[in-house]
Amino acid sequence: MTINEKQDEIIEEFDLFDDQLDKTQYIIDLGKKLPPLPEHLHVDANLIPGCQSKVWLNSELKADAVHFEADAEPTAQISRGLVSLLIRVLSDQKPDEVANANLYFIDRIGLSNLVTSRRAGGMASMIQRMKSFAKENAL
Amino acid sequence: MQTATHVPLDIAQIRADFPVLDQLVNGRPLVYFDNAATTQKPRAVLDALTRYYEHDNANIHRGIHALAERATSAFEASRKAIQSFLGACEAEEIIFTYGTTDAINLVAKTYGRTYLGPGDEILISTMEHHSNIVPWQMLCEERGCVLKVIPINDEGELLLDEYEKLLTERTKIVSVVHVSNALGTINPVKYLIDKAHAVGAVVLIDGAQATTHIEIDVQALDCDFYVFSAHKLFGPTGMGVLYGKRALLETMPPWRGGGEMIKEVTFERTTYNDIPYKFEAGTPNIADVIAVRNALEYVNTLGKDNIAAHEHELLAYATDALQSIDGLRVIGQAKEKVSVISFVLDGIHHEDTGVILDQQGIAVRTGHHCCQPLMRRLGIAGTTRASFSVYNTTDEIDRLVKGLQRVKTMMA
Repeated sequence: MTINEKQDEIIEEFDLFDDQLDKTQYIIDLGKKLPPLPEHLHVDANLIPGCQSKVWLNSELKADAVHFEADAEPTAQISRGLVSLLIRVLSDQKPDEVANANLYFIDRIGLSNLVTSRRAGGMASMIQRMKSFAKENAL
Repeated sequence: MQTATHVPLDIAQIRADFPVLDQLVNGRPLVYFDNAATTQKPRAVLDALTRYYEHDNANIHRGIHALAERATSAFEASRKAIQSFLGACEAEEIIFTYGTTDAINLVAKTYGRTYLGPGDEILISTMEHHSNIVPWQMLCEERGCVLKVIPINDEGELLLDEYEKLLTERTKIVSVVHVSNALGTINPVKYLIDKAHAVGAVVLIDGAQATTHIEIDVQALDCDFYVFSAHKLFGPTGMGVLYGKRALLETMPPWRGGGEMIKEVTFERTTYNDIPYKFEAGTPNIADVIAVRNALEYVNTLGKDNIAAHEHELLAYATDALQSIDGLRVIGQAKEKVSVISFVLDGIHHEDTGVILDQQGIAVRTGHHCCQPLMRRLGIAGTTRASFSVYNTTDEIDRLVKGLQRVKTMMA
């Protein structure tokens, strides 16, 4: 699936919910399914700045695609959910596509309303880091 | 804080005085429990602001026309109202600032720079807001003084024995919060002041969180400086107060240079105005200063005892109700508290708690509350804080309890 196909799929899933609380519940549930990041990758170099809670992102190049894995501290379940959405959209895609991705799903699913500005700041840092890594590895 | 003299307030009528409370947030009626960050403003204050700009707007003090005279007169009437509110000896001891932070910086940059040198000690407490830490750290860096910290117990109360041990002839300034913003602890400031004076130190009391809840009498306290912000007292933002004893203020040099703070300016030399104007360079925040008087009148009309009694009731109700929630731990269990309740929920990040409460229309504050050293001492990253004001109700606390139960269900 392309980045935009994945975004459209997420938008469709969130369209099932009218209530903010239900959307948040869905995000929390997605977070619970995020595979754990191996302990040795919980290093400061992988920490995302700007988040109130600790979020780690590990970036690798695998078979010409950028591969992301991430984790958030266990109590920060909304952060885990947000992280899992970004991984779902951007991981295992071509570097130049990640670098140039227009992440319209964030506004479309009302994510900006679901997160505080500080957390949004942390998310913005995470997107920036994912895109920078992709750009460095773009052909 | 409950007294025998209070009369019950008509909370429904009080709520009607605050237009902002009447709204839906995320489809639910707003519950505003972030009063320690800023209180809402009654209609009387909003009207005063509009009336000033519609009828009296002029620059003050040097104008010769009717509007300037009206504005000046209203501006100075606010100074007198604050003098009376704080029990200060003279109106000239009231300096207008941009807020509490600004007032503390003023003292650090003027009194501190003039009277403190290498090896002199400044004493603060573990529960200080960053605003009462950083200005002193900057002074220490500049003048080679030393910052010492009064420890607290696990309940969030100052260890007075330790305080007395820290007080020596090297102590030049004691700067302590009257009421902790993060925990609600009321500190025994009269005791702290008397002990500090016994070693010759001057005392600044940070009253940012105290003025809405507690009767303040700076002469009875005998503090040297008392600072607070109007916006936590139903007044406008961007307006604060430094009270200082005349004898101290007169010996302190001005901080900012500009208009109104001068007597005479030549290119060779400037002589400075008397207090309070010496510390009020530039066009002040006229409208907000004027509207503060209406905020004080509002508080006086309700009666501080009555406000305190209602808030005390809310605190007791909330403490019981919140502690019935499994996995909730109240942070800050001082014997003397104002209506601030900080807590953590086992296994749930405070920020997630805040987001989900907001989605239910409930406004609380989450995080370290600008008290990172305090959070470190308590071994937590942050708390969720609900802070109550006179317009809050027990029904709203019930909403909070239900809201928190929803948080727990969602996170389970």
